[in-house]
Amino acid sequence: MNKLQSSNWFMALQIGVIGGIAAILLSLVGMVEEFAKRDIVAGVIEMGQTLILIALLATGYFAARRSPSTGSFLRIIEGGVAGATAGLLLWLLVQSIAPLDLRTIFLNASPALIKILTFGKEGAAALGLMLVLGALGGLAGALVQILPGRYSNATVQALAWVALLGLLQDLIRVTLLNLPTIGDALQWMFGSRNEKGLSILGAVVVFVVVAGMSVLRSGQSSRLQTRLRALPAASQQAVRWISLALLAAIILYLPNVLGSYLSQVSNQVGLFLLMGLGLNIVVGFAGLLDLGYVAFFAIGAYVMGVLTTNAIGPQAGQIVYGPQMTFWQALPIAVLVSVIAGVILGIPVLNIRGDYLAIVTLGFGEIIRILAGSDFLKPYIGGSQGIVQVAKSNIGGIDFHSPQKLYYVILAGILLAAFVSWRLRDSRVGRAWKALREDEDVAQAMGIHLVSTKLMAFATGAAFAGLSGAIFASQIGSIYPHSFKLLVSINVLALIIVGGMGSLPGVFVGALILVGLPELLREFSEYRLLIYGALLIIMMLTRPEGFLPEATRRQELHEELGPEGELLPEAPKLQDETNPAP
Amino acid sequence: MLKRAFERFTVTDLFMWITGGAIVALVVVGSIATLRTGTYTARHWFDFFIFGLAQGSIYALIALGYTLVYGILRMINFAHSEVFMSGAYIGYFVATSFNRSGFLDKNPLFALLVVLAVAMLTSVTVAVLLERIAYRSLRRAPRLVPLITAIGASFFLQETFRTLFGSQSKAYPDVDILKGTVSLSGDFVIQKIQILVIIAAGLLMASLYFYVMRTRAGKAMRAVSEDKDTAALMGIDVDAIIVRTFVLGAAAAGAGGMLYSLMFRQINAYMGFVPGIKAFTAAVLGGIGNLPGAMLGSLFLGIFESVGPILFLDGLGVAAPYQLKDVIAFTMLVLVLIFRPTGLLGERLATTKA
Repeated sequence: MNKLQSSNWFMALQIGVIGGIAAILLSLVGMVEEFAKRDIVAGVIEMGQTLILIALLATGYFAARRSPSTGSFLRIIEGGVAGATAGLLLWLLVQSIAPLDLRTIFLNASPALIKILTFGKEGAAALGLMLVLGALGGLAGALVQILPGRYSNATVQALAWVALLGLLQDLIRVTLLNLPTIGDALQWMFGSRNEKGLSILGAVVVFVVVAGMSVLRSGQSSRLQTRLRALPAASQQAVRWISLALLAAIILYLPNVLGSYLSQVSNQVGLFLLMGLGLNIVVGFAGLLDLGYVAFFAIGAYVMGVLTTNAIGPQAGQIVYGPQMTFWQALPIAVLVSVIAGVILGIPVLNIRGDYLAIVTLGFGEIIRILAGSDFLKPYIGGSQGIVQVAKSNIGGIDFHSPQKLYYVILAGILLAAFVSWRLRDSRVGRAWKALREDEDVAQAMGIHLVSTKLMAFATGAAFAGLSGAIFASQIGSIYPHSFKLLVSINVLALIIVGGMGSLPGVFVGALILVGLPELLREFSEYRLLIYGALLIIMMLTRPEGFLPEATRRQELHEELGPEGELLPEAPKLQDETNPAP
Repeated sequence: MLKRAFERFTVTDLFMWITGGAIVALVVVGSIATLRTGTYTARHWFDFFIFGLAQGSIYALIALGYTLVYGILRMINFAHSEVFMSGAYIGYFVATSFNRSGFLDKNPLFALLVVLAVAMLTSVTVAVLLERIAYRSLRRAPRLVPLITAIGASFFLQETFRTLFGSQSKAYPDVDILKGTVSLSGDFVIQKIQILVIIAAGLLMASLYFYVMRTRAGKAMRAVSEDKDTAALMGIDVDAIIVRTFVLGAAAAGAGGMLYSLMFRQINAYMGFVPGIKAFTAAVLGGIGNLPGAMLGSLFLGIFESVGPILFLDGLGVAAPYQLKDVIAFTMLVLVLIFRPTGLLGERLATTKA
């Protein structure tokens, strides 16, 4: 018994140390200090402290979850011990910064960081405070783990909403100004004019409302669905149409509410969404991991640039030849050239599989970027100085250049791409892609023509990326090679993985989270790739199918359902199509 | 017979042969044109060659890690370039502190050995953590999953180092004994640092080769790479062997990182990316999973890339051909995978599924 007890505490200490290291890392990479500028609840807590708090909560949560003991009370205490350990480590960090002169190596180990971590206290008071806060965080985390799922979900959701609203408060405020009556009515939620973040009252109200709704809904959501399903078919159809129409109206009206800055953000999301839909076909449907996807984006942008630019001549910043087309003339050509490039780059890699494909496509992406920036092609595509004065889109003399107007161009592109993806998904080609993804040899044995199927995937993916690139060039008005780095490909890959590979709604959610949020929270931009990297690892370890997975994918990645469950509904269909009865 | 071969020849084959032929023709025409102009003397070519050899030795140290891990796990350790970078980075901090205390000037040989040891140790730590946290639980997962994890890990490490230590490139301290050149005969001179890099890399590679081929532990590694399950039945601890593989590859990469920073004297968080891709190319070129192949491929790639841009492109009137050296390396990777997926010495792996 005694031995078991001691191993319990050892486990708690171990997790506490891991949590402490995570918190130290968060502090030293500078996130804590950088995010400290964002208040969440005015005068109470800011984002930097929230990060540490999240680390402590997670420490307590995992300590309670991994704990071998059975009693709830013991597990909560262990969570507290783990949290206190993490707090102790943070205190050690704070203590060692000055004597070891850590700042010469870790640039972010600044006095400001120390102040945030210790709340301005010194000596024993700081140690006491950090231990107590660590223990409290750990206890709270453990408590969340112990509570029944319904309540712990509600708590986590409510906290997440408070954090989100607090983070985005300045944007919400600006948007609310456009809607005077509602805006005035909601003013109490936020801190006074010169404060950021929610007011204390606002935070409490948001927490209570979200938590309450979550607890209620966990019992009721199924009831709503059954009620809907009980309606006659015609009414069900009507409900679906009405909600669809409502959604369409909101999407169409959105730019009027958003204003210039938010429209720009949503355009950025839209362009990545368009690329995500394309890469979703290549990676998600056909299982071909393409890391050079940015090449097609670049090709679309460069074709648009070369065809429409007015800066033609021998001087610096000009290119020697260009037909000076309009946006709409150049757009189909840009897409077409991207498709051709997709096929041309696809042919050499037809026989290359898996990991090798990833590296070779990455090489292609780099080749395109290096060529774009080289002096060799400078007279034709501008070299490192890029191409300026790219045409803007307009229809019948109406300029479509302002972000609010361009929104509709991008929206049209997305609708087209989403429609094409949706129709292709269950078509013969779509099913061939999926067969390819599952097993290339078997797919070939079933009579699928590998060459045309693979090239079709590359070409469709390239078309969407080219479209996105062409609109991007026109939106910015000038293109430079450094816009087409590898990290664009990684960004797109991350968004379809987070959303769920092969799932269309997943692409939308992924783009909103991974492109929208960092655009809104400028502080994030510094840590964007860091967070993406961590996100990719965590997603693959815990939820490889993504947040909104495609049904077959989910089954495939969770073995308990067995391999037959996913293959049976598809295999007969494939045979019917490829060997039609005479 | 001929007719059958003709029937099996598809349009895509035709396209690839035409592309390959065009590139070879370009190389030949370009080389002849460059050599005929005579802008570059034998001394220039010798310099390019030695530089390429030194560069290739460093690639070889990195490529060993790719090849070892691929041989055992059938997985491209995408984050290996960051293992290389981390060694160089921490080595830099030790080197600067030695430089500041004067130890580097007083006792340069010993100081450099300590820096080397620290660099190797850092890389080993990073690689072992990587294996434990990111790869171990995914060994039986579908192929894309560990690859995406590795890509994520690569970016995570890169950005962690950048944000921890700052985005600016850092200059490596001077080491006085490595300055200057050694003259062979007449015009032909070699920089001391290049000699050091080539010799050190050669020694490390030889000892690694000896370890894998001649010792009992190396035999266990080769057994695991043949067949994990059977090796486990023979009483080999597969997990321990995999960790050991990562350790060996990382140690070589760490040493490579230290030599690389001595040679180029610039440190930043993104320094691993390009050498990493090149080393992978070299490993494929030599035949992945094959140790001598990786070394041979790396030396070849290093020389090719150093001599190539001038030799192939300068005569064709391409402006600033040196900017295109990465294009040459990547093109070579693609051509090798298309026309000789087995590499120079290896087995056919690129198109089979492991």
